[in-house]
Amino acid sequence: MEGLTLSDAEQKYYSDLFSYCDIESTKKVAANGRVLELFRAAQLPNDVVLQIMELCGATRLGYFGRSQFYIALKLVAVAQSGFPLRVESINTVKDLPLPRFVASKNEQESRHAASYSSDSENQGSYSGVIPPPPGRGQVKKGSVSHDTVQPRTSADQQEPASPVVSPQQSPPTSPHTWRKHSRHPSGGNSERPLAGPGPFWSPFGEAQSGSSAGDAVWSGHSPPPPQETWVSFADTPPTSTLLTMHPASVQDQTTVRTVASATTANEIRRQSSSYDDPWKITDEQRQYYVNQFKTIQPDLNGFIPGSAAKEFFTKSKLPILELSHIWELSDFDKDGALTLDEFCAAFHLVVARKNGYDLPEKLPESLMPKLIDLEDSADVGDQPGEVGYSGSPAEAPPSKSPSMPSLNQTWPELNQSSEDTAIVHPVPIRMTPSKIHMQEMELKRTGSDHTNPTSPLLVKPSDLSEESKINSSVKFASGNTVADGYSSSDSFTSDPEQIGNNVTHQRSHSGTSPDNTAPPPPPPRPQPSHSRSSSLDMNRTFAVTTGQQQAGVVAHPPAVPPRPQPSQAPGPVVHRPVDADGLITHTSTSPQQIPEQPNFADFSQFEVFAASNVNEEQDDEAEKHPDILPVEKASDSASSLRVAKTDSKIEEKTAASVPANVSKGTTPLAPPPKPVRRRLKSEDELRPEVDEHTQKTGVLATVLASQPSIPRSVGKDKKAIQASIRRNKETNTVLARLNSELQQQLKDVLEERISLEVQLEQLRPFSHL
Amino acid sequence: MAVCVAVIAKENYPLYIRSIPTENELKFHYMVHTSLDVVDEKISAMGKALVDQRELYLGLLYPTEDYKVYGYVTNSKVKFVMVVDSSNTALRDNEIRSMFRKLHNSYTDVMCNPFYNPGDRIQSRAFDSMVTSMMVQVC
Repeated sequence: MEGLTLSDAEQKYYSDLFSYCDIESTKKVAANGRVLELFRAAQLPNDVVLQIMELCGATRLGYFGRSQFYIALKLVAVAQSGFPLRVESINTVKDLPLPRFVASKNEQESRHAASYSSDSENQGSYSGVIPPPPGRGQVKKGSVSHDTVQPRTSADQQEPASPVVSPQQSPPTSPHTWRKHSRHPSGGNSERPLAGPGPFWSPFGEAQSGSSAGDAVWSGHSPPPPQETWVSFADTPPTSTLLTMHPASVQDQTTVRTVASATTANEIRRQSSSYDDPWKITDEQRQYYVNQFKTIQPDLNGFIPGSAAKEFFTKSKLPILELSHIWELSDFDKDGALTLDEFCAAFHLVVARKNGYDLPEKLPESLMPKLIDLEDSADVGDQPGEVGYSGSPAEAPPSKSPSMPSLNQTWPELNQSSEDTAIVHPVPIRMTPSKIHMQEMELKRTGSDHTNPTSPLLVKPSDLSEESKINSSVKFASGNTVADGYSSSDSFTSDPEQIGNNVTHQRSHSGTSPDNTAPPPPPPRPQPSHSRSSSLDMNRTFAVTTGQQQAGVVAHPPAVPPRPQPSQAPGPVVHRPVDADGLITHTSTSPQQIPEQPNFADFSQFEVFAASNVNEEQDDEAEKHPDILPVEKASDSASSLRVAKTDSKIEEKTAASVPANVSKGTTPLAPPPKPVRRRLKSEDELRPEVDEHTQKTGVLATVLASQPSIPRSVGKDKKAIQASIRRNKETNTVLARLNSELQQQLKDVLEERISLEVQLEQLRPFSHL
Repeated sequence: MAVCVAVIAKENYPLYIRSIPTENELKFHYMVHTSLDVVDEKISAMGKALVDQRELYLGLLYPTEDYKVYGYVTNSKVKFVMVVDSSNTALRDNEIRSMFRKLHNSYTDVMCNPFYNPGDRIQSRAFDSMVTSMMVQVC
């Protein structure tokens, strides 16, 4: 190289430019990338640029060393000044103005002015050299693109001056590259005639020959030493440099991040991603890749085994190390075989590499198998850094979700489903208890009154609100959490949600009403056995007592009516059996024992009241009441006397209530029961130890009276009671079945959750290390 | 956390060895070399019949004053040796295991690469980055 003397300004300027171009800080600049852009920015004719390249010796070396670069810059200045390009002119031309790079100047300025700040898309933060101001370059390129002889509409695409478009042009030209490689193994000057297709790249039609200039450019991009074709970037359309810039920026991001601030890095990433990804594969390219894939593997859904792929890509004459890296990047699922998408990604990377672009550290988003077909790479916005995880050994990550960069396409379904299910499943389970509770309520009602499911519940909720709060406390938490997003096929879950949302009568109604129809008609009870309430077999008790009827003799005064409520509870409970299964049975034991759950007692009476109301509306219901009542009365110690005593009262009340009920009887709504309940309540208050049974009896009597179809005979009562008991048992079995099913569901969901957690644990990268 | 990571081939030559550059690397190389004897010892101790049941993780091979050496061997007799700083007491066995698991996974990925010839030095960038992540952790 001839000696080069530079003035201070030149020295500084050149060193800055060199630093700018020296992306990798290797002290030598490949003939692509910023150098190209720079020379483009010099607004020199292509052949001049080529000449410069040649003169400075880069063609020989295949790259720009610092001296070569300086010489080149000097020559640029010479050319811009209009002097003929001579090697000697480097030193002979005095007072040469600094080479003018339209874009580069700005770049420089921006570089200096905004060091490491990325306040505009034209600035990148660079640790030293890195990010290109793609905007600028592209603007320039836009103008310069005219020069580029692009066989395609790429020129048109570039016109819109959208940087985004330009990168896409280069890929189409990449096929040219292949061809040119083979065709122009020997270096040469800028213009290379298009020779015949190369051996293996022959599939490339001549159609893509395009301008020779453009072609010539590409031919230079084979590995430097054997071919001095670096020179031929002259026509490398700005897109190529642009492309270089983008991939460079992509690559640089990884380095930038380490050096620059995270914000700047993010900005760079955004910039690159906003530029519609230089790594995007155009349709033409994709078609070409697909065709190549077919030559190896006719089935597009099949795989290319590693050996075949190795053989294929070895033909590209890239060093094995680079091919190995390309493979690592493109084999997304690490299975040693290439799918169509993986193959296209690999091919694209090979092509890019052949054109001189450095391989990224991580797979670019647009090349990720899942995203290749997507045209909106900008969305994925995920920084290539995120994308980089795809190259990691563990399950390749899909960069779709920024929050989970490590998730690969293989994951999305799994994750989504697992998350959804994991989130969703536990909820209903928690709700089940309350749900079962409501179910019971409902079943009771259905047992007693199919057409008026709501009324009992209406009665219940008031008590329910107390007790259900116990359950609902859990339900609320769970329901609220779940209610939002949980949609289970299980109809039951809707109830919990409702329950959790608001414990209101209406809510309970709505919640339970659907279920009214849900439980199928309970099968005949296996045997009359008392439910879990107590050891006492109320059936037996009832059976015994029924016989005694109103003898007033309480066959078993098992439990002293401890409290007014408990004492009253039995009444409603007994009546309740018509409406509710377990609860009633439970409560039925209350008179004989202190109710295990006062709650039941609380609402049982209401239930009974409601039941009574309901019964008024239903013949069958009414029928049971008299049966129940006598039983209740019998069971109650003071039943007989009280009955007589309270009958009047009851009748009063019931009379009052009955009309009300009757008036509303047809409409199983909340209102009807309430008034009755209140009245009954007052009654109870008045007579804490009132034999509710008697009250009920009175009510029933009234009801029966109103419904003459229901005779009040002992036999009938017995039958009614037995029928009610049977029904209760049926509902009980239904509830039990429901319970078991829900338990099973719970177990399944828990297992699933555990398995998903295990999977998550295994698949999640070991972030703690 | 690891100070030095090495992958030894079946024939006991290194496929990959890397240590924190600030230290005297030769020392680590020597430690890895001597640990191979311990690895062989542990492998043979298992008995031939137990090859299948043999656990891949060998555990602590031998402790020195400053360092501890852990070993891991694959079914194809490829050994991973890791030297960690003794002062890093927080390192639990589970963590070491997980690190070896990562190593093994990365190694498998390298093997899957058709361009990698078994027996070559491992030059995979992905492998390098993974090892870097393991080494540049706490220290």
